[in-house]
Amino acid sequence: MSAELQALSDHIASSLGEAIEDRAIAFGELTIVSRREDIIRVASFLRDDPQCRFVCFIDICGADYPARENRFDVVYHFLTPHHNRRIRVKVMTDEVTPVPSLVSLWPAANWFEREAYDLYGILFSGHPDLRRILTDYGFEGHPLRKDFPMTGYVEVRYDDGQGRVVYEPVKLNQEFRNFDFLSPWEGTDYVLPGDEKAKA
Amino acid sequence: MGEHNIRNFTINFGPQHPAAHGVLRLVLELDGEVVERVDPHIGLLHRGTEKLIEYKTYVQANPYFDRLDYVAPMNQEHAYCLAIEKLLGIQVPRRAQLIRVLFSEIGRLLSHLLNVTTQAMDVGALTPPLWGFEEREKLMIFYERVSGSRMHANYFRPGGVSMDIQPELIDDIEAFCDPFLQVLDDLDTLVIGNRIFKQRNVDIGVLTLDDCWKWGFSGPIVRSCGVAWDLRKSQPYECYEEMDFDIPVGKNGDNYDRQVIRMEEMRQSVRIMRQCLDKLRAPDGHGPVATLDGKVAPPSRKDMKRSMEALIHHFKLYTEGFHVPAGEVYTAVEAPKGEFGVYLVSDGTNKPYRCKIRAPGFAHLQGMDFMCRGHMLADVAGVLGSIDIVFGEVDR
Repeated sequence: MSAELQALSDHIASSLGEAIEDRAIAFGELTIVSRREDIIRVASFLRDDPQCRFVCFIDICGADYPARENRFDVVYHFLTPHHNRRIRVKVMTDEVTPVPSLVSLWPAANWFEREAYDLYGILFSGHPDLRRILTDYGFEGHPLRKDFPMTGYVEVRYDDGQGRVVYEPVKLNQEFRNFDFLSPWEGTDYVLPGDEKAKA
Repeated sequence: MGEHNIRNFTINFGPQHPAAHGVLRLVLELDGEVVERVDPHIGLLHRGTEKLIEYKTYVQANPYFDRLDYVAPMNQEHAYCLAIEKLLGIQVPRRAQLIRVLFSEIGRLLSHLLNVTTQAMDVGALTPPLWGFEEREKLMIFYERVSGSRMHANYFRPGGVSMDIQPELIDDIEAFCDPFLQVLDDLDTLVIGNRIFKQRNVDIGVLTLDDCWKWGFSGPIVRSCGVAWDLRKSQPYECYEEMDFDIPVGKNGDNYDRQVIRMEEMRQSVRIMRQCLDKLRAPDGHGPVATLDGKVAPPSRKDMKRSMEALIHHFKLYTEGFHVPAGEVYTAVEAPKGEFGVYLVSDGTNKPYRCKIRAPGFAHLQGMDFMCRGHMLADVAGVLGSIDIVFGEVDR
């Protein structure tokens, strides 16, 4: 299995050249990192090349790593039912640089890109209809960013006097408590005398 | 009236509509009675599941998966547990695998029973859902007996399942199988053979295989186009490899084929359940129902009274939780509605860094516009019913 994946990974890297920035096989899954501006070329190669044929669209999602310069990952998952394999493609971007949209290749990318825009604020260039999808009409902010508080900023209730739903700042009787259970004592590996032989 | 006065008519379908299967708002643009454009507005049931999961330990996040596709809760937990187990690199004991397969198939029955019969209701029949819900009730009692809860089971846990299955329950599930096949035959005559059901579903919402891949469809929708693509066979997980079952495929890719496939899948599920029950009774089907790694699965109550180590494990598991090695995995299961996937990113701590839930219903609902264009308004409800939407998983 992993030899096949390695061969596929080599094939992709040799065909696409510098568009592939990085590739790795971990947990039996192939991940390639593509250059942002080349994603359409990479994706259409993956879809059309006879050794790849990743015709089935699975998923697009964002991921936030605020410490990085390009804080967002856009993660694509594709599947080839012909060869029965999966692949993961990643692209890095920041808050202002758009990623080329894949709607022209897979119409299914439409909603998934809208979702990534809604939840992370990742922009997609060439997307026909980039508006919010999961959050409320008129919602502000991008809730899955790591700097967005879990409790949010506004809450809604029905106001009897005004006869409509009103938005108010969140009021909590108790702050959300995010306990840090990470132990500073982690990672000490005590070796009992004589025990090292048992492991070897 | 001059031609310039003729314009398309836009109507709202939902958010409260009996055929919307939940809270869906469809903005339909009509030319007379012909649908020109469908714009589904979703998110009315958005609860921020993915955000919440990032703030919970791995075990605490498990119940959120019950609340996605709430008509087949355990199938969702399954994908999540498989993802954690892949990162941890642990093996699930055989008895736990059998129980998981058994209850995944019960979940499939729960989902298909609801879908086939309520779709019949969408196209005008009232009796089928009553028959279907009677059987669902029995299945939910099995859920309750094994996990303590009728719907939100929280039964599959990383490393196994939370409790062993009782021998009486095994007998009762066995006793359920035969009469249930009879009910399926009755439903077949009532629904599938029905003239009105055929008139409303045959040749409606026709798809080709190419469209299916392009739109990211999976499950019965892909199979209705004539390809035997089922993750239980093509990328087997747990002990599906040793199970003997067939994959029904359709020919025409229309609404009707999808429902016939679902009916047949239920029969196949009963076949798998029977094999699981036999294997659970066999001598090699006995044993632990969760991994014996005390760092992942909690110790038994009995052990805690006697063993200091077990007590420490229990305390650590329910405060700090276990740590998952850094990395990222994507695991998918063949949920009743299609491919349900979990993309899990771990940073080596006790909480998921990112957990993306790939719900089949999200991709399917997106295809509504494509599938309904050019159809009559009355077919919208039929197509919506045939793609099997549950808003818990679409909106997350």
